[in-house]
Amino acid sequence: MARYETGFEDGRRLLRGKQERLAYGLLAVALVAAPWVLPAYHIGEATFILIMCVASLGLMMLTGFTGQVSLGQSAFVGIGAYIHTILLTQGVPLPVSLLLTTAGAALGGLLVGMPAIRVSGLHLAMVTMAFAIVCEHVIGRWKSVTAGHSGMAVPDPTLFGLSLGGPRAFYFLCLVVLAVVLILLVNLMRSATGRAFIGIRDSEAAAQGLGIDVARTKVLAFSLSAACSGLAGALLAHQMQHITPEAFGLALSLQLVLMVFIGGLGSLRGAILGAILIGLLPSFISSLKEALPAKLGAQFGLELFVYGAVLTFFVLLEPGGLNARWVRIRKVLAEFPWVRKSSVHKTKVYMKSERYR
Amino acid sequence: MSAGFFEVERLSLSFGGVKAVRDVSFSIRAGEILAVIGPNGAGKTSLLNLITRVFDATSGSIRFNGQDILRLARHDVVRQGIARTFQNIELFEGATVLENLLLGRHRANHGNFFSQMFNLPSVQRAEAHTRERVEDVVRLLDLAPFRHRPVAELPYGVRKVVELGRALAAEPRLLLLDEPASGLNPEETRRLAYWLEDIQAELGITVVMVEHDMSLVAAVANRVVVMDQGQVLTDGTPAEVQADPRVIAAYLGT
Amino acid sequence: MTQLTQLIVQGISSGAIYGLVALGLVLSYKATEVLNFAQGDVVMLSAFLGWGLVVAAGLPFWLAFVAVLCISAALCFLLEARIMRRIVGRPQFSGVMLTIGIGFMIRGGVSMFFGPESRSYPTPWTGQSMQLGGSVVAELNLVIVGAAMGVTALLYYFLRRTTLGIAIHATSQNQLAAYLCGVRVKRLNSLVWGISGAIAALCGLLLAPITLVDLGLWFVMLKALAALVLGGFGSAPGAVIGGLLIGLIEQFAGVYLPDGVKDVAPYLVLIAVLVLYPRGILGESHGRRV
Repeated sequence: MARYETGFEDGRRLLRGKQERLAYGLLAVALVAAPWVLPAYHIGEATFILIMCVASLGLMMLTGFTGQVSLGQSAFVGIGAYIHTILLTQGVPLPVSLLLTTAGAALGGLLVGMPAIRVSGLHLAMVTMAFAIVCEHVIGRWKSVTAGHSGMAVPDPTLFGLSLGGPRAFYFLCLVVLAVVLILLVNLMRSATGRAFIGIRDSEAAAQGLGIDVARTKVLAFSLSAACSGLAGALLAHQMQHITPEAFGLALSLQLVLMVFIGGLGSLRGAILGAILIGLLPSFISSLKEALPAKLGAQFGLELFVYGAVLTFFVLLEPGGLNARWVRIRKVLAEFPWVRKSSVHKTKVYMKSERYR
Repeated sequence: MSAGFFEVERLSLSFGGVKAVRDVSFSIRAGEILAVIGPNGAGKTSLLNLITRVFDATSGSIRFNGQDILRLARHDVVRQGIARTFQNIELFEGATVLENLLLGRHRANHGNFFSQMFNLPSVQRAEAHTRERVEDVVRLLDLAPFRHRPVAELPYGVRKVVELGRALAAEPRLLLLDEPASGLNPEETRRLAYWLEDIQAELGITVVMVEHDMSLVAAVANRVVVMDQGQVLTDGTPAEVQADPRVIAAYLGT
Repeated sequence: MTQLTQLIVQGISSGAIYGLVALGLVLSYKATEVLNFAQGDVVMLSAFLGWGLVVAAGLPFWLAFVAVLCISAALCFLLEARIMRRIVGRPQFSGVMLTIGIGFMIRGGVSMFFGPESRSYPTPWTGQSMQLGGSVVAELNLVIVGAAMGVTALLYYFLRRTTLGIAIHATSQNQLAAYLCGVRVKRLNSLVWGISGAIAALCGLLLAPITLVDLGLWFVMLKALAALVLGGFGSAPGAVIGGLLIGLIEQFAGVYLPDGVKDVAPYLVLIAVLVLYPRGILGESHGRRV
């Protein structure tokens, strides 16, 4: 069932056709009803996934759409968490603190982005990775502000005197934040700036020739993704209730990169799907641990192994990520029974050095 | 010197010891189709890269309607009304044909970052208008069947057309084409010739094309500039240039 | 004076290891343009295998040494032949992700199989030391530095003077052209990875007695990246020089700079070099022609 456009605005419409409206409507109902249907532990898990979605969306803007690899997002998540906690302990009200944290993280992203744009590809991955390591270290050592490695206790989130700390209330807080962030980013991606991001990813030379200020737009992407990460960090702080520098190290960065990669680079839906998969992985691993003999299930070795296996699987067999699979399944359902394999003939590919092009 | 439409004066470009462009001077008249030809390595693409500020000239000047081009930043060139295509297609491979064309119109006013995030009515109007303009290009170049296809899947000939369309979407006054006919079969080349004539006649765009295909040059070009080893050898109508013994020597060697 | 020499000796020994790991990275990068993020994990795996063979299985040191070298080389060879080959032609990011994934699997597997305790094993040089220039130098450190120099010299000769080495250069620049010249590209790439695996094994076996055989060995990889960057991406001698410099910088930072800087010194150097002078010391600059 093809979807036809009849006007110039149709191209930008978010929900096209009755089927999509119905599907997303049901999804919305399910999300709102979830806290009353799920047992308490799973509400916490779902909340964690919602928070990770926010961070994942931010990274998707930077890596998936603008093509800038960043292994350093954990630094901004950590910065967000600490700024938020410190502001709350100073008595700043919750909404103000969230806004300030987002702005602060955005500023951080701006400052990091400016030198970072001079570097690209593999070099950028290494610079951002080094940045994440240095940040974790700095947070740990700046004892006067962050209480170092003993960590900080995070105050309960309250809004107008009402506590949002309970599992259901906090779930809704995160859901609202995610919905707002998602809508803002969707709007951005269907406008000129979103297209500019993609232009930079695919061909900087052509993008510049079309009037896109590549440097400025890249910095914007850094700032935007840092803002999302910072906001996610603030929420994560409440989820964890006690924050330490170790929680915001390279491991978290890698987790986020896994989310956007496995979800499918270049799509917002991919960011969400990736966050869901990676977010559910810990409980999957726990249940796996019970099934395996004691020696193999020992400590975090299994976790690392599963993460690695999932990543390897996706790189080798599903490079387009979950999103590619989703789109393919949707196509199959739409075209059944006249489905055919992709008619694009894959030519034999040879490696051409990216250094000497 | 009267302020001509497009004047290049004593332009030079050196990379280390290599002089890619040496003391090149020529002018372009408004509304004409100018072909730049010459053997490989003559500096033709370097010339285009200089005009679009991909390279920094070592010396010389380029003036477009009185505006000094060499002072511009790379992303400001299109604002002056200069758009280009690339020798080895530089399309946005991860996007559809339509998205590539929409990007062509980037320099039109789209509102700022915040108004886009909130999808304000001004942005919605601008986007609808952009789509309308882009559809004109789609119509001109017969790209309607390919609108929503990812560019990466398309055959070479269509990709070349999309690149042309993207440059046209920028509503340029001067269009720079780097080997637009390379890799095209005779039928596609003929179609390209018709489009170039339309672009000149109906859209009033001045075209400069670096080209090797002499049949295309003879068919559409008003004037030809011949370059060899970084210098301008001669210029004139296609017939004059093809008969010039110096040009023949440059291509075939003495 | 003795403190200075002590610092230098220490810096050079740890630097030699970073340089060696970086050397392994440079090789696989030059051949297939993939930065093997699993290299550190191969180092760690080799150390554990060494322990397993020497302590658990009771093999003599030299036999275990050669065995581990062969096993690691074979492992990396197969890694390239069976897995990395499948993603030829894809953007660099895919290769990075794949090696990270494989690295995770190796790390997880080692942890599950061997357990988390740190351990050590005796080498012919453990506990032996010599007098050198007025300070005491552990023999093991000398061996490490010697090994680094030896491997570098060997590789230099191999890459520059033998046909095979030149073929490796060729394939790294233009694979299709190399095919057309009759170079057995696939086999060559796997061979190069095998060599870098052997180098990684060497590092693991030599490093373990100093830093103990445990999961933290993987961190050497990050410092090797700093070495790689400092010395210049794609340059083999640069990798070793970079490693030595990083080692020295670390030691001197520990003494002359404020507390805590030592831990992040390599990473600060990495950031500074890439942002300010990306070519590194001996690196090549490259750009894109449009």
